[in-house]
Amino acid sequence: MLTLDRIAFRREDFVLHANGSVNGPGIVAVIGPSGGGKSTLMSLIAGFELPDEGRVRWNGADLTELAPGERPVAVLFQDNNLFPHLDAATNVALGVSPCARPLPAARRSAEEALEAVGLDGMGARMPGELSGGQQSRVALARALLTDRPLVLMDEAFSALGPALRLEMLTLVTSLLADKTVLMVTHDPEDARRVARQTIFVEDGEIRPAEDTGDLFANPHGALARYLA
Amino acid sequence: MAERAQPLGAAGAVGIAAAAAIPLLILLATVAIIRVAEPGSGLTQADWAAIRFTLWQAFLSATFSVTLAVPVARALARRRFPGRGALVTLLGAPFLLPVIVAIFGLLAVFGRGGLVNSGLGMLGLPQISIYGLHGVVLAHVFFNLPLATRLILQGWQDIPSERFRLAASLGMDAGAVNRHLEWPMLRQVMPGAALVIFVICTMSFAVALTLGGGPRATTVELAIYQALRFEFDLDRAAFLSLIQLAITVFLALLAYRVLRHPGFAPGLDRPLMRWDGRTPALRLLDGILILFAALFLLVPIASAVVRGLPEVLGLPQAVWVSALRSLCVAGASTVLVVALSVVMALAATRLRSQGSWIETAGLTALAASPLVLGTGLFVLIHPLANPESLALPVTALVNAFVTLPFALRSLVPACRTIESEYGRLADTLGLQGWVRFRLVVLPRLRRPLGFSAGLAAALSMGDLGVIALFADPDTATLPLQVYRLMGAYRMDEAGGAAVLLLALSFGVFWMLDRGARRADA
Repeated sequence: MLTLDRIAFRREDFVLHANGSVNGPGIVAVIGPSGGGKSTLMSLIAGFELPDEGRVRWNGADLTELAPGERPVAVLFQDNNLFPHLDAATNVALGVSPCARPLPAARRSAEEALEAVGLDGMGARMPGELSGGQQSRVALARALLTDRPLVLMDEAFSALGPALRLEMLTLVTSLLADKTVLMVTHDPEDARRVARQTIFVEDGEIRPAEDTGDLFANPHGALARYLA
Repeated sequence: MAERAQPLGAAGAVGIAAAAAIPLLILLATVAIIRVAEPGSGLTQADWAAIRFTLWQAFLSATFSVTLAVPVARALARRRFPGRGALVTLLGAPFLLPVIVAIFGLLAVFGRGGLVNSGLGMLGLPQISIYGLHGVVLAHVFFNLPLATRLILQGWQDIPSERFRLAASLGMDAGAVNRHLEWPMLRQVMPGAALVIFVICTMSFAVALTLGGGPRATTVELAIYQALRFEFDLDRAAFLSLIQLAITVFLALLAYRVLRHPGFAPGLDRPLMRWDGRTPALRLLDGILILFAALFLLVPIASAVVRGLPEVLGLPQAVWVSALRSLCVAGASTVLVVALSVVMALAATRLRSQGSWIETAGLTALAASPLVLGTGLFVLIHPLANPESLALPVTALVNAFVTLPFALRSLVPACRTIESEYGRLADTLGLQGWVRFRLVVLPRLRRPLGFSAGLAAALSMGDLGVIALFADPDTATLPLQVYRLMGAYRMDEAGGAAVLLLALSFGVFWMLDRGARRADA
């Protein structure tokens, strides 16, 4: 369970407040207008930003002071998920062993993870030789291998076309079934398709997670305006 | 305040220390000079003459370079022809060209018994002399016309191509394009280019050493050298250094404000599609201009190579030994530049917006001219040890200071880009310290680092400045050796040594720059 315990974050004239928790496993969509605080929320959970007040907890353990690499969190960014000078298998293996020439064991598990995302035998390819969809799969393979219980996806597939995006979402649903996935998306349709729950973020206010079906069936004021 | 504190790391801490140490060393050298300089001595007539000559030759050099560069840059901007890219690259070459090699080439073309005088002789015309004011200006134009051309060409490339399309659709002719697009750009770019060249020419020691001299053609830097080496007058050398320092600091501050582009910015080989200036007369004019500029650059270098190449294998052992010495100095200087620039760039990145002073700290090394810095170090070392015994380390250090600002200019933005693109990914993967540097930063930094290392090696290899102040007769570097051979009128050997120096300078640059690119691929 991810708990945001009375979080306050201020930056110039932007203020973000979050209080509430998310129960795993499953996919939770984060939607809302741009500039509303979706990415900032992700940064606070990942540890790229520190809150001015409040704590971030995972299953009761306080994460607030931990560096990003020490948190039980894997992140898929919108782009730059892979180091372009390292091949696909090394990029995946970085999830378990931080070196340019991974040990045979790490390399084997990386190849297995690549297989799981449908990239059998592509381990030696450089990111530049892969399509956008394949690059997303490599990043997903790393998240899989890292085996951290909380996965943040910050518009991870927004650069892909509609068909590819749907494909990736399906893959996430099946592969990361035992993880808690927070998925920022600019397309409410994504939320409807795969998210058990949805969080609406606007003007720095993080609304509590609600059942996606209920939320979209009876959108309240701000959400209705956003969806219109 | 709530931003996650970036761990500075050991490298970052060393970088901050290095960035602080550089201005401190400059300050120390300046204080040493001030303490030694005799306050009551005042400016003699000779000093005034040196100041006047320094400024006058720099003014003439800058004026000629920029004025001549405008039509050449315009020709390059509006013409497309095979070899254009190569020519633009060649315009960057004088930056790496050892000054003494160029002087040797210029002597072969414009000197006594050179190509031009032979031609004049055949026509029964009086001979010209390359020594004195016009020789110094000629050499400076040789070095700086290409730089000015590149700076101004950059200005042309910065004019958005939509403007030229608009001009074409409005049916503007060359004159109208000039009035509406080109002249406003030139008015912005030319003063900066002229100022940079003016600064370079006030600090250009080797040209004055070889082509100047005497009461009518001595620069302040040359006077410092003479006071130190021939009159053993430390007070006077220090006093002259203060004058030089005042000139360069004033001009460098002015130039730093005015200059927008470094002269070797990439992307100059992209020709614009142009619709104006298509008349045959303008084509012919541009063709002639480009041809003359290319010849002016190539003929002296080619002459030096033709003259010296047959002599290379027969060079005496002393020349080979000095070549080895130069390689060692260049190697040490390169290692220093690479180490300093990497730790300083990392520190600047970690400090984020508070890190801009680090690049400025690197620039202070340039504010004191190499010769003044050398004099300061001479004054500092003199009471402790024989400066001659430290000639090579001091040369390597001062050479490193000259390249450092260029290295920082390319490494600091590169490090910042790496951090902004991959920093968070590296954070979530827990990559820190050495592993992060080795795995994330170094591979992405390889290209600018290779280029900087090549620059450091080539500039140090060809430098004829501080070494002339410090060296005893036995510890010459290769450029100094060429100078001494020329002074002894052993022109065949000087030519061979010049070609060797040319090959080594471009060789080390090519090796480091290309080596990094190949490893990158």
